[in-house]
Amino acid sequence: MEFAELIKTPRVDGVVLHRPFMPTVEGTLCLTGHHLILSSRQDTTEELWLLHANIDSTEKRFVGSLGTIIVKCKDLRVIQLDIPGMEECLNIASSIEALSTLDSVSLMYPFFYRPLFEVIEDGWQSFVPEESFKDLESMTDEWRLSEVNKDFSLCPSYPSLLTVPKDIDDESLCKAASFRHGGRFPVLSYYHKKNAMVMMRAAQPLTGTNGRRCKEDEKLINATLCAGKRGYIIDTRTIAVAQQAKARGGGFEQEANYPQWRRIHKAIERSNVLQDSLIKLVEACNDQSHSMDRWLSKLEASNWQSNVKEILTTACLAAQCIDREGASVLVHGTEGTDSTLQVTSLAQIILDPACRTIRGFEALIEREWLQAGHPFQQRCAQSAYSNGKPRSEAPVFLLFLDCVWQILRQFPCSFQFNENLLIMLFEHAYASQFGTFLGNCVAERGKLQLSQKTVSLWSWVNRPQELERFLNPLYEPNNLVIWPSVAPQSLLLWEGVFLRWNRSTKCLDEAYQEMVHIIEYNKELQNKVNSLRRQLAQLETEDSPLQTP
Amino acid sequence: MEHIRTPKVENVRMTDRLTPRKSTVGTLYLSSTHTIFVENSEARKEIWVLHSLVYNVERLPTNPSGSPLIIRCKNFLVYRLLIPQEKDCLDVLASLTRLSRPERYGELFCFSFNPNLDKELREKAWGFIDLKAEFNRMGIPSNLWHVTAANHEYRLCDTYPSELFVPKSASPAVIVGSAKFRSRGRLPILSYFHRDTSASICRSSQPLSGFSARSSDDEQMLQAIMKSNPVSELMYVVDTRPKLNAMANRAAGKGYEIEDHYTNTKLQFIGIENIHVMRNSQQKLIDVGELVAPSMSDFLWGLENSGWLKHIKAVLDAGIFIAKAVAEDGVSVLVHCSDGWDRTAQACSVASVLLDPYYRTIKGLMVLIEKDWVSFGHKFSHRYAHLDGDPKEVSPVMDQFLECVWQLMQQFPCAFEFNERFLIQLHTHIYSCQYGNFIGNCQKERRDLRLQERTHSLWPHLWENRAEYTNPLYRTDHSQTQGVLKPLTTAYCFKFWKGMYGRAEKSVASHQSPADCLNVVREESQQLEEELSTHQEVPRETDAGQETCPTEGEENFRGEEDQQAV
Repeated sequence: MEFAELIKTPRVDGVVLHRPFMPTVEGTLCLTGHHLILSSRQDTTEELWLLHANIDSTEKRFVGSLGTIIVKCKDLRVIQLDIPGMEECLNIASSIEALSTLDSVSLMYPFFYRPLFEVIEDGWQSFVPEESFKDLESMTDEWRLSEVNKDFSLCPSYPSLLTVPKDIDDESLCKAASFRHGGRFPVLSYYHKKNAMVMMRAAQPLTGTNGRRCKEDEKLINATLCAGKRGYIIDTRTIAVAQQAKARGGGFEQEANYPQWRRIHKAIERSNVLQDSLIKLVEACNDQSHSMDRWLSKLEASNWQSNVKEILTTACLAAQCIDREGASVLVHGTEGTDSTLQVTSLAQIILDPACRTIRGFEALIEREWLQAGHPFQQRCAQSAYSNGKPRSEAPVFLLFLDCVWQILRQFPCSFQFNENLLIMLFEHAYASQFGTFLGNCVAERGKLQLSQKTVSLWSWVNRPQELERFLNPLYEPNNLVIWPSVAPQSLLLWEGVFLRWNRSTKCLDEAYQEMVHIIEYNKELQNKVNSLRRQLAQLETEDSPLQTP
Repeated sequence: MEHIRTPKVENVRMTDRLTPRKSTVGTLYLSSTHTIFVENSEARKEIWVLHSLVYNVERLPTNPSGSPLIIRCKNFLVYRLLIPQEKDCLDVLASLTRLSRPERYGELFCFSFNPNLDKELREKAWGFIDLKAEFNRMGIPSNLWHVTAANHEYRLCDTYPSELFVPKSASPAVIVGSAKFRSRGRLPILSYFHRDTSASICRSSQPLSGFSARSSDDEQMLQAIMKSNPVSELMYVVDTRPKLNAMANRAAGKGYEIEDHYTNTKLQFIGIENIHVMRNSQQKLIDVGELVAPSMSDFLWGLENSGWLKHIKAVLDAGIFIAKAVAEDGVSVLVHCSDGWDRTAQACSVASVLLDPYYRTIKGLMVLIEKDWVSFGHKFSHRYAHLDGDPKEVSPVMDQFLECVWQLMQQFPCAFEFNERFLIQLHTHIYSCQYGNFIGNCQKERRDLRLQERTHSLWPHLWENRAEYTNPLYRTDHSQTQGVLKPLTTAYCFKFWKGMYGRAEKSVASHQSPADCLNVVREESQQLEEELSTHQEVPRETDAGQETCPTEGEENFRGEEDQQAV
């Protein structure tokens, strides 16, 4: 298909762009296959380059022959375009509509994007399972890398290589897979070096109403326990939800069959509830006429902050079981692709200082989200302004990022990266020139040949020029476990995302610059002093033989 | 001492509700001024709680592990004790209940507090904040404004200071007449003069207008204020009360200015609620902070239900209205509420902080509090329950002002020389009665109590420790430091002040603060600067011109990396 067919009017002059907290811009609007561009042809004003994929929904209004299109973006920005001429406006509106809702992945921008920078390190190769297994091998020999899912037939949403207990053979894995939703049998998520405890993740067991059991599944997870020690199963669903799942063939681990495990149920919400929560939150944030009472009640009613609290609490629980109780943990919900990953990845940020570095955090996202089979394409198809019928959209990843931000805010010196990295990941998960977040699992990405046909986000982020923007000037490596507070008063609204377009950030940006300045000045002084000290020491050693009587 | 029933209790457990493992065991001592808890641990950590800071003491039913006692402080800290013997618990309760409710000024801590200053230093300390100098700093033109002697010996108004700035054109008769037409004689006087526009902020109490009364003296007084701003032919009267409240006052012979009687005057109501509403609102907010393991909904609902942030917004809105009138429209404003010592003080001082960068400095905020609050007769001892008295007089008026400043700091992180700790420290001292500054309800009362001879001043003490209260992001030449602040007041801009109200549980306290890290870095930089200057003198003497060579920088960088790797 040619994009040209979808573009009814490629260009309109005299279009006025309105953005909150920014001066209006008048210029020429151009539509290309992947972008909406507004150019004023003046050097001083900024141009607008908007990816069609970033457009969540549009509205049009007419006053006489002047048409107005309100464009609501997945990054939560809302812009207004005043377009002279009714026909032009209708054409532009329908073109945007068509271009922003392309069905075929292979028509997406990442397949057309050519980087203007030289790819020094190919991000597609930056985080391969073999490498992380090598790290594991240096700490323990209890685990092996299994190729049982080589052709993705055992579990379509898992990667081809999986870390499993050494004593469990592939045959047992196949049986365990048939006992777990979507074939997602328990695999290693994290190894806690300090006390050799582990965190595993899986999907729900398919016990059904008649209490089916699977010896291999039991053996598999028991293999991670030390003699005489009990482990914890953290089910991210309430007991009621887990009970209901039985009727649909799912279920949870029965005490009788898993006597060495203690099961704890938590209450992390499911995808459609989360999507609704996001829509309500953004609605509340965008209405500036709200009185204080109305704002607080809308914020409360959105339940967003409750969701953040629940996810963080569960992650803290998992981390606590491992670090404080010295027990191994298995985490699952229903499919094991959403709340499970929120919990396992956040627990690692709490426990493992490596995850708080930029590289380590990227590796975490690669391992626990992309390779673990979080269905990014489905979940991020629409954002807070979706007005159509919800399919499988849900801000699962955004909630994870929000939780990371909460921890980062409470431990501002313990992360190598800053808030900008989190916001950037949010943007790119929803619309990007890079292929990283396309597809729903490793198998799909392979079929799409993303690593050959698109550029990886990491290839761009890890360039020194880009990295600088994401570095936290306050970072002091902290090798401890960090326990965030989950008290409601400690959890704040993530203004960097949700109020980003609703206020001027000039003063806050200035404060950040000031902070950078103070720290850089300190480093500069340190360098000078060190060099002088060295000179001094040198002079002293040269002088001293002469001075000795 | 006669109130202390038991001076010492051993094996008392100080508990932390959220993290029981952080509980400690120690000995509790009661002195005439403090409750002291000394941990049994090797560090023998001590916690001192001033009796005058105690808000209430609550005893819970005795359980097998002992008798629980909760001490709640006026600065929102909460101490939970577990006392082994019920009898001891009852004794501590009775002693503390009496000790925390002094009945006479003489019992207050400030009269026994002795920081070892000699007489001369103490007197000098009281002169640290000089309001005459402050009015000079404002650059008030002497041809338009002057100090009247009308309130000498507090003849005209016993809650005002003896020296008042009034328009030079107002005759003594007008001044006296205006005072007679105002509640408690609190006539319109100058609070702040804005040099850039010549517009001023004046303050007063409500006029005794009732349904029809008028006073030509009072009308002339307002004309004089308007004319003291030569470029403007208009002035605003800001009544900070909700219009309904102001109207209700007319029935009692009070009320507000009738626009028809005051030429070229525009009346504006702001709608800050009265002290009783604010007291209840804050209590609800404190209750939210004390909830046991609240859900997010409990917390947000409680926050909304308290109405606290709504009231903070109302106070800030009042300040913004006044600041805009003065700075942008160049129009003078007369601010009043009922008595002109609560909402008026809030509105004037918030406006001043917005208008004048000086009030955003450590010294400047002290001056502002001394001027708008202490000198103009804010009833500190009543509002902050320094003495056991009418609970209906108590209200968190000053708390709200400090919180407005804190909310502004969130929007303008580089604009303030002081940090959050400074505000919290001020708050504590307003309640604590350790220093004499906030004792009494007006200047006359303070003079009669001879506070300057008998107590110490807080300001020099804070000033000496200013390093602790400094915002590392503040720079005098920063753009945020200059000019008028124009904050956003959309509802979502207002936040729960965790540093103030989230202190009931120790474990909720923040883990790391960027500002503290930055202060450490800045201190280190200062030391490095000093070291650098001494170092650089040496090589200059011996081998001039060889301070640094180009490769040095790289070597150092490598050296640092090595250190990190180790």
